[in-house]
Amino acid sequence: MAEAPNPTRSGPGRLLIAVYAIFALAACARSASQISTHFHRAPLAYLLSAFAAVVYVVATLCLARGTRTSRRVAVISCAVELVGVLLIGTFSLVLPSAFPDATVWSVFGMGYGFVPLVLPVLGLLWIRRTAR
Amino acid sequence: MIDVLSPALTWVSVGAAVWALVLVLLNRPLPIERVDGKAYLALLALIELGLLAQAVLGFIKLAGADHDVPGLSYGGYLLGSLLILPVALYWSLAERTRWGTAVLVVGALVIPVMIVRMGQVWAHG
Repeated sequence: MAEAPNPTRSGPGRLLIAVYAIFALAACARSASQISTHFHRAPLAYLLSAFAAVVYVVATLCLARGTRTSRRVAVISCAVELVGVLLIGTFSLVLPSAFPDATVWSVFGMGYGFVPLVLPVLGLLWIRRTAR
Repeated sequence: MIDVLSPALTWVSVGAAVWALVLVLLNRPLPIERVDGKAYLALLALIELGLLAQAVLGFIKLAGADHDVPGLSYGGYLLGSLLILPVALYWSLAERTRWGTAVLVVGALVIPVMIVRMGQVWAHG
């Protein structure tokens, strides 16, 4: 069995992966520039940015591969994303002093049109839908 | 010249996105063997050339900036914008359904967003 009967990359999954790839690029670029130019200003926020970037890259690649193992990894990374955006979103509102500079997940991803909040939900739904 | 080029690129990209969106709504794949499909590919190539010119002009502008501009971010947007359309087209053509075409809608819309961010980075850092 080389390929699953319902690979995650076809149909709506193709669009989902494209949006994931854009967020992977955006998050990587953002954290790279934050960490390389002014890491000392907000180390915690910038480390979280970098972590978010890694999670987006992993989710993109795993959704695009669609093998059984990569689906499992994709579920984990989507779940981590969802928890991340909810936790960081809440913390950035309740304790803004801990986040002197924004991350992708600040205020539930408001700076990115709340897409970071919707994306992991769609990802998990899509993986479930293609599981059968 | 970049001050004319960037807004032009914004609107041509929005046009390319709308064109792809119409195909999505009609539930048709991109007709690359027909003349209208080829015209679409030519439009994407034109945008890519414009982005390349924007990158060259942008780096020249950056070198002569009269205020403090975060060069890494600005240069990152200039170069990053070059990646979007080729990758989106590659990913889109691998599946010629409405979902493949929808990838072009998203890809074409990322260009204006990046150009707006470029302007913000230039103005405020």
